[in-house]
Amino acid sequence: MTKEEATKGVESLLLRTQGLRKEYGRDEGLVRAVDDVDLEVTRGETLAVMGPSGCGKSTLLHLLGGLDRPSGGELWLDGKRIDRLSERGLARLRRWDIGFVFQAFHLMDELTARENVELPALIAGRSSRQAGVRALELLDQVGLADRAGHLPSALSGGQRQRVAIARSLVNEPLVVLADEPTGNLDSAATLEVLRLFDHLHASGQTLVIVTHDERVAATADRIVSMRDGALVDEIRLTGGTRANLRDLMTLER
Amino acid sequence: MQQEVVLALLAKEPSQGYQLRARLNDALGPLGEALNAGQIYVVLGRLEKTGLVSLEGVTGTRDGERKVYALTPSGQERVSEWLAEVTWPKPDLAEFHLKLIAAAAAGLADPIGIVDAQRRELLRRLRDVQRAELEEPDGSDAALLLEGIVLRLQADLRWLEACEANWTTRRRKQ
Repeated sequence: MTKEEATKGVESLLLRTQGLRKEYGRDEGLVRAVDDVDLEVTRGETLAVMGPSGCGKSTLLHLLGGLDRPSGGELWLDGKRIDRLSERGLARLRRWDIGFVFQAFHLMDELTARENVELPALIAGRSSRQAGVRALELLDQVGLADRAGHLPSALSGGQRQRVAIARSLVNEPLVVLADEPTGNLDSAATLEVLRLFDHLHASGQTLVIVTHDERVAATADRIVSMRDGALVDEIRLTGGTRANLRDLMTLER
Repeated sequence: MQQEVVLALLAKEPSQGYQLRARLNDALGPLGEALNAGQIYVVLGRLEKTGLVSLEGVTGTRDGERKVYALTPSGQERVSEWLAEVTWPKPDLAEFHLKLIAAAAAGLADPIGIVDAQRRELLRRLRDVQRAELEEPDGSDAALLLEGIVLRLQADLRWLEACEANWTTRRRKQ
């Protein structure tokens, strides 16, 4: 496919991979961490990537976010091919177009919640006033306006992850990539994060979430399953109605 | 509707059928929509016949009469027994398990395909229940019930993962 054909593609297509590969080692020791993956993510979609640990799902996410370079194949974001960007181009992409959320939050311990959220905006060249206003807006959105001045150590796990999610949004990314976002959270905190993802989804944010947590996957529009580096199954979670709930409970005996 | 549930709901105070229904609806939230509105009255009638509840009085209202029911001593006793009973719904996994084994043995269907189909269905249900849970207000009783169903579905999904791993390994060995 030529560049023209690809950019012309469906308006709603935001992220696309074609034959994407990532290999480590060589000869007998060759490991195909990501093996010929074709994936399309439309604007506003929440996609979950599931699979056992070691299946390559995190590697795939790193490729999508320009944290790592593919060994082969193509990667397109918003109509632009990004797998061949220079280091500088990749850095720009990560700063402006992609929001990252990690399992271990990756907040700066010595910065307050607000400063953590501001940081990527400041790095991207916004004024400290702009960054500050935006950070407070986002902390409000994630329900933590009253914790803006707290250090991460004074926050619960769920709150830290919500700060990290606010931070991922500060530069209005095209897509948020989340790697096991609930991996370190208990069930109540998981619910907080799921509720937030639901809000993001409703606001039209595109989300790609790598997870082995069925609860997280169940909030997605679509789930793809990975095994040994390859996509093996796709599930579209549409058409759920309340009527289904009736089948789940019985009071008869 | 289980008789003991209606009995136990009545243990708080003598009540009318619609009050019991309101308590049930609070406790069940969206899951209570499955209940047939008339069922409580049918159960109350049965309980009255067996002497576990008695008619305490009839309140006249503008739109007719409403019966107030109360527990009898034997009803009280039945409630206490019920509360002390340890019950656990048996997980019904054997049928699915045997389906996989039979399908593989006869070469009729791919067990992994069967697992995948089941997984899709459970994920859809998980999505529905979780959505309902997220919509419940803070402190809702129904949210706790929905959480229980979510966790069960999650356990089933993990078991399916084990099934898939197992059948994938077997296939490789063949």
